[in-house]
Amino acid sequence: MPGVIGVVDHRNAPRLSPLAGTFFGPDGGLLMLQDGVVPYAGCPVALVVARTPEQAKAAADALPVTYDEQPHDTHFSAGHPAARPASTVFGEDANVGDVEAELARSAVVVDEWYRTPEEHCGAMELHSATAWWDGERLQAVDCNQGPFIVATGLATLFSLEPERVRVRAEHVGGGFGSKGLCGPQLVLAVMGATLFGRPVRVTMSRHQVFLMTPPRPATEQRVRIGAGADGSLRAIDHEAAFEVSPLASYVENCVEPTKTLYAAAAIRTRLTAVPLDILPPFSVRGPGLTPGSFALESAMDEVAERLGLDPLELRLRNEPAAGPVSGLPFSRRDLVACLREGARRFGWADRDHRPRTRREGRLLAGTGLAATAFSTGALPSSASITAEADGSFTVAVGASDIGTGARTALIAVAADALRVGTDRIRMRIADSDFGPAWAAGGSRGTASWSWAITDAAAKLRERLGDPERPVTVTADTTRVLGGLPPRERHAYSAIFAQVTADPATGEVRVRRLLGMFAVGRVVNPLLARSQAVGGMIMGLSMALHEEGVRDRASGRQVNADFAGYHIAAHADVPDVEADFVPDYEPDDPSGIKGVGEIGTVGTAAAIANAVWHATGVRQRTLPIRVDRVLEDDPR
Amino acid sequence: MKEFAYRRATGVRDALALVAADPGARYLAGGTNLVDLMKVEVEAPTRLVDVRHLPLGGVGEAPDGGLVIGATTTNSDAAADPRVRRRFPALSQAILAGASGQLRNMATVGGNLLQRTRCAYFADPAAPCNKRVPGSGCPAVAREHHNHAVLGWSEQCVATHASDMAVALAAFDAVVRYESPGGAGEIPLAEFYLPVGRTPHLETALPPGALITAVALPGAAASPRSRYRKVRERASYAFATVSVAASLDVHDGAVRDVRIALGGVASKPWRARVAESALRGGPATAERFRAAAAEELSAARPLRDNGYKVTLARNLIAAVLSELV
Repeated sequence: MPGVIGVVDHRNAPRLSPLAGTFFGPDGGLLMLQDGVVPYAGCPVALVVARTPEQAKAAADALPVTYDEQPHDTHFSAGHPAARPASTVFGEDANVGDVEAELARSAVVVDEWYRTPEEHCGAMELHSATAWWDGERLQAVDCNQGPFIVATGLATLFSLEPERVRVRAEHVGGGFGSKGLCGPQLVLAVMGATLFGRPVRVTMSRHQVFLMTPPRPATEQRVRIGAGADGSLRAIDHEAAFEVSPLASYVENCVEPTKTLYAAAAIRTRLTAVPLDILPPFSVRGPGLTPGSFALESAMDEVAERLGLDPLELRLRNEPAAGPVSGLPFSRRDLVACLREGARRFGWADRDHRPRTRREGRLLAGTGLAATAFSTGALPSSASITAEADGSFTVAVGASDIGTGARTALIAVAADALRVGTDRIRMRIADSDFGPAWAAGGSRGTASWSWAITDAAAKLRERLGDPERPVTVTADTTRVLGGLPPRERHAYSAIFAQVTADPATGEVRVRRLLGMFAVGRVVNPLLARSQAVGGMIMGLSMALHEEGVRDRASGRQVNADFAGYHIAAHADVPDVEADFVPDYEPDDPSGIKGVGEIGTVGTAAAIANAVWHATGVRQRTLPIRVDRVLEDDPR
Repeated sequence: MKEFAYRRATGVRDALALVAADPGARYLAGGTNLVDLMKVEVEAPTRLVDVRHLPLGGVGEAPDGGLVIGATTTNSDAAADPRVRRRFPALSQAILAGASGQLRNMATVGGNLLQRTRCAYFADPAAPCNKRVPGSGCPAVAREHHNHAVLGWSEQCVATHASDMAVALAAFDAVVRYESPGGAGEIPLAEFYLPVGRTPHLETALPPGALITAVALPGAAASPRSRYRKVRERASYAFATVSVAASLDVHDGAVRDVRIALGGVASKPWRARVAESALRGGPATAERFRAAAAEELSAARPLRDNGYKVTLARNLIAAVLSELV
């Protein structure tokens, strides 16, 4: 066909190493075009390289592909016969005290299941990569959340020495987790460039992004909480099941908040993975904590309901003095400040805690809250600073700015550390040649990169003296981070929501969201607020809209585009307020914790709790759809 | 997207001739649905005949006191027309409840009537679909049909019609005017969309090669007390879960006239004639509205996962009529 340069499929594709993977271990999902097996619906079977995208698309559509069908299973449930204990990469299960005995002694016990569907990252920028061979060196311009980590993975995958691979990602239009690993666009572009000896760009379609970039797995979670009549928690038992692929290990760590948020005489957590014939799920917007906190904080609201207690008061009465499972001291814990200041601004003190008592014409109105903790702490990174002869400074760090404003924040950190104006800083980021660096992920990017920059600046200030000659210093935080004392390090938030519900139509609208955050030192208030507000909108979207739907026969996602996969539209987003209580991380030279994802985490539970307060009906399955709120005989 | 030829028609006759000469040709107006479907190759016309610039736009007065809306009038212009807003407010509200501002600026009244279903199986060439490939089967009946039809569907197709505008037009007894190689004609909206039956791929009663030229709104149907209400999965920019266009004329507490049409429940805008006749002449009370709505919905045949639409449609009819009293 016109313009076609060649086709890559399992017969001629470069062989890939099964050792390549992620934080969780080897990822068989990366092994594209290696054999004739299609492990999940949407898996690529061939890459057509042509002179123009239109020619490539036309040729790909004309490519004859025949399939044999084999039995497959894409139906998730916690009780699935293949369910097995999840990897302990995030730590062992919690087993503090005797849960059954404490539940037996409790005045009230909540025992409920909570469910969240598959959710997708939905970055506006489609996944795209350009790769070419520069002599013996592989070069790639990619969109990803961590060029060094991606370059390392790419080198492993193609069995190349790490120094022969350079990956850059200077401008990225949103990631939300889906650009955290070596993406299909990059793997396929490198294959094309390798086979055809020319630069190859692969840009995925929206449909392909839905089908080929990892979702958040669906979860089913059972939470049991027992409390005394005074509201003191006696037992928390949190069992979370989530779907995985047999191709790769992954842990949706739903129980993280349960291990740290509240004191209780007994705390037990279990994580269960259910392998299905699906694309390997991966981190999406506050992985683990976001669905986990929906379950925990909904259950806490149910405890308050049964006790007839203010849900705010319930949380205040169960503040732990030390890590309730780890026993470790908290570096700094400001949850109470978030709850109290948020409640003051929201007007929580005036709340009538009884459900279904506020009517506005046909609408029912209600309010709800949720609290959360999000683990923080810098991860090893390196940075270089060059003092130029003209008095300016060039900072090079393998950071990634996926739309958060990380570049801007790091300029401020560097200027502060070097004690010069920001106009004298030249910030270069997102190049694997800048050395090891953590990714824009886990809400740890700014903390990790800033520490490396701060250390490099300190070294440079010691060496400055000869302005005639450029001086470069490099710092790596691996050693200093390894020497930090063990602590419970978390950011905190309290989210307050006001909603209306129309029982005749099932329509839920969020009228107001307020989030108070303790995220350590805020580097740039404008950007941090934007990040927190954006996170709360993502939480709203999770609460009311987002749901990946699979065809029950083929396992293929039915709503693999933005017409079918709904995210919150402008009209869904109300008055959103986010602000910060004074906070700092004592062990971090800049006092930073992290603001990346915490805005998303508590919002869904706050909204679900507000919907209960409005309607008197618990919403334990997300999203809170029209058909789940609609009443047969609305009064 | 498959390669195609493009011609801008110089007049209605030119457009008719160009399409008649090429069995693979399609009219292009706003392109807001057709071009999307071409990108995923659900539609693969060999030739596009652009009619957007033909002199078929604008809203005019009809001798019977009604309005004639030209086929290439944009959705935005139709919704903003003061006469439409005054005499047929439910139509203006329906148009504004659809799509987004940008799409409404592109989309035309004629094109809106001919938009295709948003059933996901229809939009996925990898899936069977009787509407796209007759005889290939309908996965939705047994599989994912949360947002599919509850009225008037068949085992061959359970898709819904996507238009908001057409729901209001159905309530107002609009008439579709067209030109075709065989001459001009008109079709009442009630007969414009064919029953699904065994031929879900045949969607309208337009003769082959016909070009919609206008939509006429009869003066007798004008109703300043009319309303369109749409329930959907988010506050804007989503197709209807269930919608209602209704007008109500109450005199001395009794229903003198009532018009009700439903969206999101069938392969076409569903005129609720059972409910209308149950209400006409009777008292305008919430109980009666609810009973009439239930009577209309007694014909519903919900599937495993869309029974909520029956409740929703019933509640919504009652709520909209109560607001119109």
